[in-house]
Amino acid sequence: MGELLDWINFGSDPMANAYYPFDSYNLPFDIGYQLWEILGGTIAWLIDLIFPGNSVSTWLMCDAVSTLLALVVFMLLIFLVAFVSTLIVLWEERKCLGRMMDRRGTMVGMKGFLQCVADGLKTFQKENVVPAKVDKMTYMWTVSLVIGVSVLVLCMVPLSSRWFVVDYDTGLLIIMAFFALAPFFILVSGWAQNNKYSLIGGMRAAELMISYEVPMLILICTTALMAGSFNINDIVYAQADSVWYIVPQILGAITFFTCAVAEAERVPFDIAEAEAELVEGWQTEYAGMKWGLVMLADYMRGSVSCSMFVILYLGGWTLPFIGDGPIPEIVFLLKAYVVFFFMSLIRAATGRVRTDQILNLGWKVFMPLSVFNLVIVLLLMTGGVI
Amino acid sequence: MSDSIVPVKEIEEKMDTDKMWVIMGPQHPFSHGLWTLKVQLDGEIVTDAEPIVGYLHRGWEKETESREYPKIIPMADRLCYCASMTYTHLYCMTVEKALGIDIPEKAKYIRMVADEVCRIQSHLMWLAAVGTDLGSYTVFLWSMREREFFLDLNVKLCGARMTTNYPRIGGVRNDTTELFDRDILRAVDRFEKALWDIIALIDDSSIFVSRMKGISFINRETAANIGLTGPAMRGCGVDFDIRRDDPYDNYDKVDFEVPVLKAGDSYSRYMIRIEEMFQSCEIIRQGVAKIKALGKNAPYRVKTPSKVPAGTAFARLEDPRGESLMYLVADGTDRPYRLKVRSPIFTNVSSARLQSVGVRIADVPAVLAQIDMCLGETDR
Amino acid sequence: MDADAVYQTPTVEEIASILPAKFASVKVTKTETRRVYATVPREDIFAVCTYIHDNLTFEHCTTLLGVDYVDHMSVVYHLSNYYNGVMIELVVDVPVDDLHVESVTSIWEGANWHERETWELFGIVFDNHPKLERLLTPKTYEFFPFRKSYKLRGSE
Repeated sequence: MGELLDWINFGSDPMANAYYPFDSYNLPFDIGYQLWEILGGTIAWLIDLIFPGNSVSTWLMCDAVSTLLALVVFMLLIFLVAFVSTLIVLWEERKCLGRMMDRRGTMVGMKGFLQCVADGLKTFQKENVVPAKVDKMTYMWTVSLVIGVSVLVLCMVPLSSRWFVVDYDTGLLIIMAFFALAPFFILVSGWAQNNKYSLIGGMRAAELMISYEVPMLILICTTALMAGSFNINDIVYAQADSVWYIVPQILGAITFFTCAVAEAERVPFDIAEAEAELVEGWQTEYAGMKWGLVMLADYMRGSVSCSMFVILYLGGWTLPFIGDGPIPEIVFLLKAYVVFFFMSLIRAATGRVRTDQILNLGWKVFMPLSVFNLVIVLLLMTGGVI
Repeated sequence: MSDSIVPVKEIEEKMDTDKMWVIMGPQHPFSHGLWTLKVQLDGEIVTDAEPIVGYLHRGWEKETESREYPKIIPMADRLCYCASMTYTHLYCMTVEKALGIDIPEKAKYIRMVADEVCRIQSHLMWLAAVGTDLGSYTVFLWSMREREFFLDLNVKLCGARMTTNYPRIGGVRNDTTELFDRDILRAVDRFEKALWDIIALIDDSSIFVSRMKGISFINRETAANIGLTGPAMRGCGVDFDIRRDDPYDNYDKVDFEVPVLKAGDSYSRYMIRIEEMFQSCEIIRQGVAKIKALGKNAPYRVKTPSKVPAGTAFARLEDPRGESLMYLVADGTDRPYRLKVRSPIFTNVSSARLQSVGVRIADVPAVLAQIDMCLGETDR
Repeated sequence: MDADAVYQTPTVEEIASILPAKFASVKVTKTETRRVYATVPREDIFAVCTYIHDNLTFEHCTTLLGVDYVDHMSVVYHLSNYYNGVMIELVVDVPVDDLHVESVTSIWEGANWHERETWELFGIVFDNHPKLERLLTPKTYEFFPFRKSYKLRGSE
C-alpha cells in the first residue's frame, strides 16, 4: 500500500522538486514563470495599491496559482515557437521551390515571409461555406481533429533537453501514435463530405497509410534498439556519445525519409489530395479558413517529419564534439530546415506516384529495406561495433 | 475449400460493389478548358468513359457566313489560342485554293517558319500541361519559360503574342522584320539545349516514365480507324504526316524527319511530340536560310480579288495537334456560303473512351493530356 | 484494272478509273494532284465507302460535313489514304424532303462525332448510327441552327 501511494505521490513531496511540475529543468516554463512573476506581480501590486491588505493579491502570488498561470504562459510559448517555425518552413519551401522552378517565390515583405501572414488574413476573411448535403457533425469534427492532432504532435516534439512538453520514457512512440492518427480522420472526412472526389481521396489516405506505416515503425524500433530506449533524450544523447545514426543506418535513414514524406502527404506521395484528377482530394469541400488551417496542418506535419528525422538520425540538438552548445534549440531547428530543404527538392524534381505504385513501393521496397536495416544493426550490435 | 463453413463464394457474389460515375469537369484541373469526361469507376479502375463537349460552341462556322473573307482571318485566330498561326494559315490556304492563285515563294517560307514557331510553342504548352497532370510544377514552369522565347518571336514577327492575325489571303501581312532571322536562330539554338533539361527532368525520373509507360495501348489499325491524328496517331504507329506525304506550301523543299513509334502507349505519344520539337527547329533553320537567299526585296504578298468565284475548295494541313481541314463553299459573293472546320481534337477526343478504359483514375489526366485539348477548335 | 483487288497505294488515275468501273453510278468530276472528286448517289454511299475502305485502303475518314444548298442538301466525305496521301472527296446530294443517309460509322469509327454534328446542325439523319444525339448544342434544341433557313440575329 505504501508503495502504491509513493507511486501516486511520485515517491516524495512533489513540491520538493526544484523543477516542479517537471522532472528536469524546463526553459519555456522558466520563462513563463518569470514572465508571470512580472505580470502577476504588477497586477497584484496594483490591486494591493487600490485595496490595501486584500487576500486576492496574496492568492495571486502564491506558489500553486503562480505555477498554474505560468503553465498557461508556457503553453502559449511552446505553441508560438512551434507555429513560427512552421511558418518559416512554409516560407523556406516557397522560396526554395521558386528558385528551383526558375521563378521568384513569394515577394511580400521580409524577403517574402509576410506572405504567410497575408495568406492567413485572406483565408480568415473568406466566407465559411458549408455545403448543404454534408454530414455536418463529422464534417466539422474530422477537420478539427486533423488540424488539432497536427498541432498537438507539433507541440510535443522537443526542441532540446530543456525545451519539451512531456519527457516520457515512451515519448517517441506517443509522438508517432499521434502522428499516425490523421489518416483515420481523413477517411471519415472523405465520407462525410458527400463528394466522390473526397471519398476517393479518403480511401487513398488509408491506402497510403497501410503502405508506409509498418516500415516506418520498424525503423523507429531499430533506432530505439540501438539507443536502448524510447525516450527522445536518451536517443539523442546516445547519438552524441557514439555517432549519428545516419552513419550505421544510412539505408534506414533514406527509407525513413521517404516514409516521412509519405506521412506528411507531400509530393510525390500526395495521392490523397491529387490535384490533377481529384481536384483537391479529401479537402475539396473545405472552404476559407478551414482549408487554410488544413494547409497549415500539412506543413506542420512536414515540419514534424523533419524533426523526427533529425531526432532519429541526425543527433537531434547536439553537435559532434560540442554536445549541447549554448542554444541547442536553434541547432535543432536549423537541422530540421536542412532536412526540409531536401523535401522541397524532391517536390520540385518529381511528379505524383499512382496508388498501386505506392503500395508496391511500401511492401516490396520499404519493407525489405527496413528489415535489412534492422539486420545490419543487429549484426553491428552483436559484433560489438556499436 | 469447398466444405468451408463460411460460404465465401456466395458472399462474394452478394458483395457486388456498385460502380461509380464520376463527372470530371467542366470545371476540373485536368480538363484544360471547358469539357467533361464522365468516367465509370470500379474502385480506382476506369470501366467506361464518355466525353461531353459543346460548352464553348459559338457557331463559328455560321458566323463566318455573314462576314467578308478578310474579316474571317482574325476569327480564325480565335479557333485555338495555342495554334492560331496554323488556323489562319489554313484559312488563307483554303481561300487561295478557291481563288486558284499561287502565292509568292517568300510568303510560303515565312508561313512555314511561322507555323513551326507556332508548333513549338503549342507543344511546349502541351508539355506544361503534362507536367501539371503528372503532379510536377517544375516541368510546367520550365516549359512556360521556354515558350516565352517563341512568343517573343511572334511579337517580333507580327506584334502579337498569341492571336497573331498574320497570314493574309495571297501572302502574309508584312515581311520579316529587321534582325528577325538572327533572333529566331538564337532562340532555336538556345531552345535545343534547354529542352534537354526538361527531357532529363522527365525521362530520367522513373516516376514520370512509369506513369506513362505501358498504359492505354492503341494499335495502328484502331488509331487510323478512330480518326486519331497528329502526334497521338504517330505514337501509335501510323506513319503519316501531311507535311511530308501531302505537302503544302514549301514543306517539300525542306528536309526533315517524321518521328514514328510503334509502341502505341502513352509514353510513345509523349516521345513523338518531344521529337517533333527538334524537327521543327531543323525546319526553322532551313526556312530562315531560304528566306535569306530570296533577298530583301522579294514579294511577300499578291493582290487578290475580294469576291471568290462559285465552287468548292478544301485544304488541309498538319496542325500541332493533328490534321485540320477547311472546306469552303463559295457562291461568287464576298462572303463564304459555308465554311467547315475539321478540328483534330474534335475527333481525337471522341476516342477518350478507348484511351481511358482500363487505366486507373490517376492516369486519366496523364493519358488524355496526350491529345492536348483545346476547346476553342473542338466546339468551334 | 482489277476492281476487286486490294490496292494499298492507289494512284489518282487508278482511283478515277476503278471507282466508276466498280460502281456505275459514281461520277468522278475532277482530279488533281493527290485529290479525287466524285459524286455518289445516296443509295450507294455505304457500298462505295466500304469498297474504298476495304479495297483502296482508305483507313481514315478525315471529315464528313453537311452543306445546305436550300433546294437540296449535300453530305461531303473527305477520305484519306495513309500510305500516299491521296484524298477522295465524295459528294452526296440529299433531297430536303427526305434527309436520310446511311451512316458510315461502322466503317470508320472516326466518322461518329462528325455524323452527330452534321445531324444536330443540319438535321440530316444518318441511318444505323449508334448514338445520334445532340453533341455541341443543348439537348433541348428542336431546330437545326446551321440551315440557311435559320437566320442569325442581326443578319436580317
